[in-house]
Amino acid sequence: MEELLSELKEKFPTVIIEIQEKDYFTLICKRAGFLDLMKYLKDEKGFKYLIDLCGVDYLEYKYKNFKERFEVVYHLYNLDNKTLLRLKVRIPEEDCWHFSVTPLFRTANWFEREVYDMFGISFKGHPNLKRILMPDDWEGHPLRKDYPVYLEEEQEWKTYKELKEKIKEQS
Amino acid sequence: MGIEKDTIEIAPGIRQVPGTPVVISPIDKIINWARAGSMWPVTFGLACCAIEMMATGASHFDLDRYGIIFRATPRQADVLIVAGTVTKKMAPIVRRVYDQMPEPKYVIAMGSCACSGGIFKTYSVAQGADEFLPVDIYIPGCPPRPEALLFGLLNLQQKIKREAKRWGFWR
Amino acid sequence: MTTYLEINKKQVNEEKWEEPFYLNMGPQHPSTHGVLRLFLELEGETIVNCTPIIGYLHRGVEKLAETLNYNQTIVLSDRLDYIASAANNTAFALAFEKLMGLEVPRRAKLLRTIVCEMARICNHLLWLATHALDIGAMTVFLYCFRDREWLLNIYEKICGARLTHTYVRIGGVRQDFTQEIIDELYKFTEEFPPRIYDYETLIDVNRIWLKRTKGIAVVSAEDAINLGLTGPVLRGSGVPYDVRKFRPYDAYGEVDFIVPTGKNGDTYDRYRVRMEELRQSNRIIRQCLDKLSETEGEPVLAENAPDLLIPEKVRKPEPKPVPKKGVIFKGEEVPVVPPGEAFASIESPKGELAVYVVSDGSGKPWRLRVRTPSFVHISAIPFMAKNHLIADLIAIIGTLDIVLGDSDR
Repeated sequence: MEELLSELKEKFPTVIIEIQEKDYFTLICKRAGFLDLMKYLKDEKGFKYLIDLCGVDYLEYKYKNFKERFEVVYHLYNLDNKTLLRLKVRIPEEDCWHFSVTPLFRTANWFEREVYDMFGISFKGHPNLKRILMPDDWEGHPLRKDYPVYLEEEQEWKTYKELKEKIKEQS
Repeated sequence: MGIEKDTIEIAPGIRQVPGTPVVISPIDKIINWARAGSMWPVTFGLACCAIEMMATGASHFDLDRYGIIFRATPRQADVLIVAGTVTKKMAPIVRRVYDQMPEPKYVIAMGSCACSGGIFKTYSVAQGADEFLPVDIYIPGCPPRPEALLFGLLNLQQKIKREAKRWGFWR
Repeated sequence: MTTYLEINKKQVNEEKWEEPFYLNMGPQHPSTHGVLRLFLELEGETIVNCTPIIGYLHRGVEKLAETLNYNQTIVLSDRLDYIASAANNTAFALAFEKLMGLEVPRRAKLLRTIVCEMARICNHLLWLATHALDIGAMTVFLYCFRDREWLLNIYEKICGARLTHTYVRIGGVRQDFTQEIIDELYKFTEEFPPRIYDYETLIDVNRIWLKRTKGIAVVSAEDAINLGLTGPVLRGSGVPYDVRKFRPYDAYGEVDFIVPTGKNGDTYDRYRVRMEELRQSNRIIRQCLDKLSETEGEPVLAENAPDLLIPEKVRKPEPKPVPKKGVIFKGEEVPVVPPGEAFASIESPKGELAVYVVSDGSGKPWRLRVRTPSFVHISAIPFMAKNHLIADLIAIIGTLDIVLGDSDR
């Protein structure tokens, strides 16, 4: 594992900002050149299985030591030598986009759509980027920290409001 | 009176002339009797409660003995069992299924989520099926046991038997 | 299988369909296992394109978890994959234990393994019942529910609930098994293998079953990995990836079991894999029961497990008089849970269930991410359903073993 990390650091000095040792090895990466790193990991190093791709919103997080708001977290797995690698990319709020890894991993297709739906991070190069869990005309991105858990009457989704009014009229 | 002496009561309010295929009863009672004996629910599972609904219909609890047979289409059904959490995205569809059912039609809200939203007081969950449906019977529980569903269905039978002037198209 | 597909294709080519036919399947459909909606583009009866639309059961569990404390979050996990809730509980508990640095007692590990494997049997029985019912075998449905009901009764003795147990807690399990439960489980493990044989005699050589499952939805090993398929679906394609073997958790490191794999990667192979898993689960339960006698009388909850009534502003780390469980302390605000992140994954009956949790030191998770197998499996439907008939789509949905609560969260 250490060999792999030092090799990666040598090969991608501009992409990898930091290597942390937590429950699994974590690479903090830059957005530029991230796709090359993923491609290298998949094709040369056997990290063929993308377990998970998710977003995290770090708005007003107490122990934060970086200024970007969002993080996209990848969990990659190598089925041959059973190693798990975590990659993180930090994304600022005002420039809210990232590169899509769907051409490499088809799993990422829906994961990225979910991150877009829940956090509003758009993915460049995604074949069909639209909402997945919420209805198409939903406003806001629910998993952002400034989004309420429960919607009050005035913030209600339009279609549902209309449905309720229609039924009230009928009865 | 003569009627009471010459006939036997085969169901509450319904009297048969012995030895003949003749039944004497108010029309409300006889129609309600027939309706209560053949409630056909739609196979419409939403969430956890659907599994218990299936278990109720399967070998151990056996709904068929009450004349309750699941129908796959709303056009042939009398009862809509809202089994599980109704989300706002799903609400218009549940309403549409209800609208497609021919009258007389009854609604059972099965489980805490369908009764009141349950533990899910979030942005995407409708707080109870009664926001857009006229619910007849509420069954609490998360999920309710099959016995609870049976009890709810039997209660609905009692309710149907007491009904007057609700659907009466023959008047 | 290929024959009538080819005929169908030929017809399509000869007649030159001008425009495709669109069909909407679901969300209210008895065979989509819940509220899955599929938008189909057809040529005759052959599926050209298929778009799954999900989110009809999105309850906002991940958002809701951010407002609850760690113990309460376990309750939400029951409602994700409601057919095998013990497995979900375990995944959540494992992630939180990793975050808090808790060591689980051995007896608790064994008990967890037992309930997880019971959940696997429950799940596979329900899968077999509904899958067979969709394809047209009614008897299997009744047989499977009979045995499932037995297991649910045992669950009820263990924790009082049939579906949503919340039996697995952070740092161990809720309570120990009584002797009655152990005896009942011994009886179950003895009588269950012949019953698996019963199911197999019903459908194994049934011509309708074979025609409708063999050669349907073939996925090669490489495609399966790239699509992110896990669990029996991946193993049906011949990849022996099983989290229980690759990253052992709980007591799976000390029990002996085989990971069954298929060869062709079609629906029939996946059925065979699951049937074999039933036997292996039975074996695991048996071994764990034998080991339980070694750990008689040991605690089933870690000493420093968080109280069930954790206050919002947490208790002191080491209060001087040792408190009883469930006492709320009013003290200065200290992190109960060290800030940081943890990732844990388990082999749930449907596939790999992974939980990624970020903590900010308070009693509530900052972010709780659940990677659920059904979500990924549904995303593979367009790939698998291509050039199949609509009737086969039912078999494909069945073979993937999806639960919409699991996928939409």
